[in-house]
Amino acid sequence: MNLTDTALLNSYSLYALYSAMAIYAFAFIAFAVDLARRSSAVSAMESDLTEVDAAASVGRVVAAGRTSTLERPAVKRPVLSRISARMDDDAALPYGRSSSLRVGVALTVLAWALHLAATIMRGFAADRVPWANMYEFALTGTLLIMTVFLIVLIRSDLRFLGTFVTGLVLVLLGVASLQFYVEVAPLPPALQSAWLVIHVFVASLATGMFALGFALSTVQVLQFRRENRVREDAAAGRSAVASGRRLRFLSTLPSSATLENLAYRINIIGFILWTFTLMAGSIWAEQAWGRYWGWDTKEVWTFIIWVIYAGYIHARATRGWRGSRSAWLSIIGFSAVMFNFGIVNVFFKGLHAYSGLSL
Amino acid sequence: MQPKLGLTGWLRWFWRQLTSMRTALFLLLMLAIAAIPGSLVPQRSSDPNGVTQYFADNADLAPILDKLQAFDVYTSAWFSSIYLLLFISLIGCVIPRTKHHFQALRAKPPTTPARLGRLSGFTTQDAPAHTDARAAITHARTLLKSSGYRVVRFDSDTESSVSAERGYLRETGNLVFHAALVGILVTVGFGGGYGFSGQRVIVEGQTFVNTLLAYDSFNPGRFFDDTTLDPYTLSLDDFAVSYEQQNLQAYGQPVDFTADVTVTPKGEAAEPGVVKVNGPLRTNGTSIFLLGNGYAPTIQVTAPDGTVVFSDSVPFLPQDANLTSLGIVKVPDGLAEQVGMIGFFYPTQDKAASGANFSSYPDLEYPLLTLNVYTGDLGLDAGVPTSVYSLVTDTLTRQTGGETGVASIELKPGESAELPGDLGTVSFVDNNPAATAADDFTQSVPRFASFDIHHDPTQIWLISFSMLVLFGLFTGLLVPRRRVWVKATTRTDGTVHLEYAGLARGDDPALEGAITNVADRHLKLLKTHQPVAANPESI
Ligand code: HEM
Repeated sequence: MNLTDTALLNSYSLYALYSAMAIYAFAFIAFAVDLARRSSAVSAMESDLTEVDAAASVGRVVAAGRTSTLERPAVKRPVLSRISARMDDDAALPYGRSSSLRVGVALTVLAWALHLAATIMRGFAADRVPWANMYEFALTGTLLIMTVFLIVLIRSDLRFLGTFVTGLVLVLLGVASLQFYVEVAPLPPALQSAWLVIHVFVASLATGMFALGFALSTVQVLQFRRENRVREDAAAGRSAVASGRRLRFLSTLPSSATLENLAYRINIIGFILWTFTLMAGSIWAEQAWGRYWGWDTKEVWTFIIWVIYAGYIHARATRGWRGSRSAWLSIIGFSAVMFNFGIVNVFFKGLHAYSGLSL
Repeated sequence: MQPKLGLTGWLRWFWRQLTSMRTALFLLLMLAIAAIPGSLVPQRSSDPNGVTQYFADNADLAPILDKLQAFDVYTSAWFSSIYLLLFISLIGCVIPRTKHHFQALRAKPPTTPARLGRLSGFTTQDAPAHTDARAAITHARTLLKSSGYRVVRFDSDTESSVSAERGYLRETGNLVFHAALVGILVTVGFGGGYGFSGQRVIVEGQTFVNTLLAYDSFNPGRFFDDTTLDPYTLSLDDFAVSYEQQNLQAYGQPVDFTADVTVTPKGEAAEPGVVKVNGPLRTNGTSIFLLGNGYAPTIQVTAPDGTVVFSDSVPFLPQDANLTSLGIVKVPDGLAEQVGMIGFFYPTQDKAASGANFSSYPDLEYPLLTLNVYTGDLGLDAGVPTSVYSLVTDTLTRQTGGETGVASIELKPGESAELPGDLGTVSFVDNNPAATAADDFTQSVPRFASFDIHHDPTQIWLISFSMLVLFGLFTGLLVPRRRVWVKATTRTDGTVHLEYAGLARGDDPALEGAITNVADRHLKLLKTHQPVAANPESI
């Protein structure tokens, strides 16, 4: 590849990226409008449906899934059903798909296509995989977060997470293109390895899983608070309308139990991928530096994240830790992932100095 | 009042606490927290220079932190006690579970509950007309068995049922996972003691013999026996570096390092080899890694009477990306005084506005060697080992540069200069005097490579345990463990009522789908196997 081609492709990649960011921003607005509409719809419905809510949100969890074969046509459920089964909509207040939600998803898909094009062109411009410095890692990592989200959407209705996912990706891409941007450069010898392809790619994929798990756990914690409030209000004989003044849209989202199960399923896949990342990293470290583990800062944080998620898995099996407490571990876990990416890469000293930035 | 616990009672209580899930969780979270300081403060194991610097920068704080073992976090008493407790807890947890699991593997699935209605995925349907309850259960049993369930059937006058369980692999995976973690800890903890690692700088054209004395530094494991070193020789024939020259954004960035070497096992023929970054050479039970490189200018010092008192290619340590390099020359014998020189080497010399030299490109475009000369006692005779990469100037007299008023010596390849005070002559030997063009310096200065040579007999174990960890995770987390029951009840009118239900043991998102699926397939099976003469009265 000659230099003018490289420069040209890279500039196309940047145009595609900026367009993708603009469209993600519109998608973000559409998703936010949907949440706002849900909130006002909840207010309207609540005036009709006062106390029913309390009973429903408690009872429905148990009732969900009790349908017999005769009522439900047998559907073939492929692999993805592992994640999505039992993701029946057990929301306290049913709410259809608003037009802004549909617009949000359509815009996200469009932006994702441009994002994909931007990433591929960057790879061709550099003549290698597009994840060899912080900017490229952010580009590919956010693409994978979005890809995981869109794939999961096919099976489960997680559209309500659109605001979070587009928001997160926008912020990361913004930081990446403003702070981390570097021109196309050849791979330094330390990164010339098949393990770069595998290790970093799987790490990004795991990050995508953890991001969704984080979002679900966050909504789970909020939802759990709402359910408690509703239950207390019902017990005290107060009307449910008074409850849940803030974030009223929560009534239209699945119950905290459903969110918890879903978060767990996504996080365990993330955890398996992260375990693989850690092992592949060790193998690579042995080839590049002659030792598979040396408690380099980046290795330390990879380990910490791994242990936090192991804790999360244990918490789900520990009495008294199910529910919100374990959800907090998922939230902390993803915060550590972001810290590892954003702070450790740039500000901490270590062998993994691959940000491509000179500070 | 609590009844008094004896010592054994207390021990038992303590053991139960230690091996409880809550403690395991607590210790895991402690482990995550305890690992953090090691990323905030430099560690002796990975960044010894950083520790020295930290002591210099934080003279008050550093000794306190040192007392807390903050510079050796991962071998510290507190970090070690957390993970040791965790692993004791783990072992105490896994052993009884393994025993229990072995029993479960041999046990039969439990009796069918009297009422299935409260269980997951509860489904009912009427069997096709003329179905016999027992035959229906026989079909259900076959169906479940062929889907990998372990089955047991129960029959009474009015009711037949099959109780099925599958997914024992989930618990197996979980146990394998935890046991493999112990395996990794033990391998890392003890296995490391059987290997060694050593470092050695080799200049192009030089040969190294794999013996203890030939290493610049050598770190044997606790159980390593030096006499087992295999005395092969390793020669660095050529060290090639290529630099990016097209892309202006990355101009001068190295894109490849290749060390061409020759390995000669004792008593065998020489064989060529290549060592690259990311591409170690595995030979004679050792792995040879390429860790660093730089220039080793050939310097010759001649006494006034013409005898050569020093002649060597001296490795100069790179100081920046453009390989401005720092080196030391010590000439203890043969001159009127002991002479030490601090040299800077610039592969492509340039001058800053301030007049200071710097290197603007890492390859040999315009090489320059500058030397500052010191005389006096080099301290080599005291018997105290001194580093070849540093010169203690406190006891020496500076002869050039600085405030002496005498200019530093500056040499290009092939040039010589007089040492101050008629001590003799120093030359920068051109390694490639035959270069055709006068400005072709490409081969004028030899390069050196620094190699890390390792022997680690545990890696195969680590890889194997890691594979088991992954296997355990996949099965322990993703294989569903569930019980399924199918019950057929004959009603008073002779029709058969079928019930299906399941119970998840652990996270099992697909349970309800699976029950539905069993029910559908069962019904289909019953329909295709319509028993013609099963119920003689109705013919
Ligand atoms: C080094 C320490 C430990 C780590 C890294 C760890 C990690 C894990 C992981 C990743 C899982 C899920 C994987 C699977 O199910 O195959 C798990 C599950 C489990 N661990 Fe551990 N573990 C540790 C120590 C312990 C200890 C000390 C205990 C006992 C007290 C324990 C008991 C369990 C149990 C019962 C499960 C099953 C949880 C469930 O069914 O969801 N683990 N552990």
